[in-house]
Amino acid sequence: MSKISLSHLSRGALFLAFLEASLAGFGGVLPAARRVLVDGRKWLTQDEFNELFALCQAMPGANITNLSFLFGARARGWSGAVATVAGLLGVPVVLVVVFTGLYARYGALVPVRHALAGLGAAAAGLLLGAAGRIALPNLRRGWRDVLVVALVFALAGLVRWPMIWVMALSVPLALVLAARAVRP
Amino acid sequence: MSGVLVALGLLFGRLSLLAVGGTNAVVPEILRATLAHGWATRGQFVQLFAISNAAPGPNVMISTVLGAHVAGWPGALVATVAMVLPSGVLVIWAGRAWETWRETRARRLLQAALLPVTAGLITAAAWLITCQAVTGALTALIAGLCAFGSYNGRVHPLVLLGAGALAGLALL
Repeated sequence: MSKISLSHLSRGALFLAFLEASLAGFGGVLPAARRVLVDGRKWLTQDEFNELFALCQAMPGANITNLSFLFGARARGWSGAVATVAGLLGVPVVLVVVFTGLYARYGALVPVRHALAGLGAAAAGLLLGAAGRIALPNLRRGWRDVLVVALVFALAGLVRWPMIWVMALSVPLALVLAARAVRP
Repeated sequence: MSGVLVALGLLFGRLSLLAVGGTNAVVPEILRATLAHGWATRGQFVQLFAISNAAPGPNVMISTVLGAHVAGWPGALVATVAMVLPSGVLVIWAGRAWETWRETRARRLLQAALLPVTAGLITAAAWLITCQAVTGALTALIAGLCAFGSYNGRVHPLVLLGAGALAGLALL
C-alpha cells in the first residue's frame, strides 16, 4: 500500500471525485466509489482498492466514510480527508435535511402516511435481506458462531440492553470461542 | 437546544466507535436512545429510517435524518460529524500500522470474533424495524418481497423502496 502515490491530487480533485461517487451511488455508494477511483480516475488499482477496503472493514464505523477519510488523508493529509468526506456527504446531507423538513410538514397527511408505511415496510425488508446475507454464512460456520449470533440477537433485539453492555458480554465470549477456531 | 446537540454528539460519537461492521449494527442502539430521549416514537423512527434509506448517500444518513428531526440543520450536522469523525480518525491512525498488523493472529482473531457479533446486531436491527413496520397483511407482503429481492441482490434497492411506497400509497 505504501506504493500508492496520490500526493499530486488537489483538494478540489478529491472533492469532485467523491462528489461524483456520491451522486452516482444512489442506493450503493461503495460500488460507485470503486468505479470512480479504479475504473474512471485510475487513482488506485483494484488490489490497492481492496487493500484500503479491507482496512476500513476491520475498523468500526461506516466503511465508505472510513474509506473516504483514509483516501483523502493519504493524498493530502487532514485537509484532503475533509475534502473527500465533504464531497461524499455534502449533497446527501442537504437532501436528507430537506426530506426530513418535508416529513415534519406533510408526514401526517393520509396519502403521505400510506406511502411512508409502504416505504417503511420496504426498508425493513431490505434490512432483513442484509441481515440474512451476513447472518446465514455465520450460522453455517458451526455452533460457536450460532451461539454468539443468537446471544447478541437476544440481548440487542429482544431484551433491548444498551449496546455497551451487549458488547461487554458478547465480545469477550466471542473472542474466547474464536480463539479455538483461529489457528495461530 | 444546545443540550440536545450535546446529547446527539455524545450518542453518535460513541456509536461511531461501536459500529462494528457498519452503521446498521448500531440501529438497535439508535432506536433505544431515541426512545429514551423521547426524540421520536417507534413509528416515527421507522419512518425516519425509511427516509434515510430512500435518500441518496450511505447508511450513516440515519444519523443525519435523526439529527435533523430532533434539531434541524444544527442537529443534522452535529449528528453526522459525530458519526463519521471518530471512526475516520481511528482508521487513519490504524492505517499507519496496517501493513505489520494485518497478518497478526490478534487481528484475525478479532475479525473472526466480531463477525458473528455484527451478524447478531444487524439481525436484531432488522427484527426491531420489521416488528414496527409490519402492521398488517400488505406491509408484511412488501417486507417479505423486499427481503427476498435484497437477499438475492438482483433488484436495485431503490426499485424495491419505490415499489413499496407506491404499493402503500395505492393499496393501504
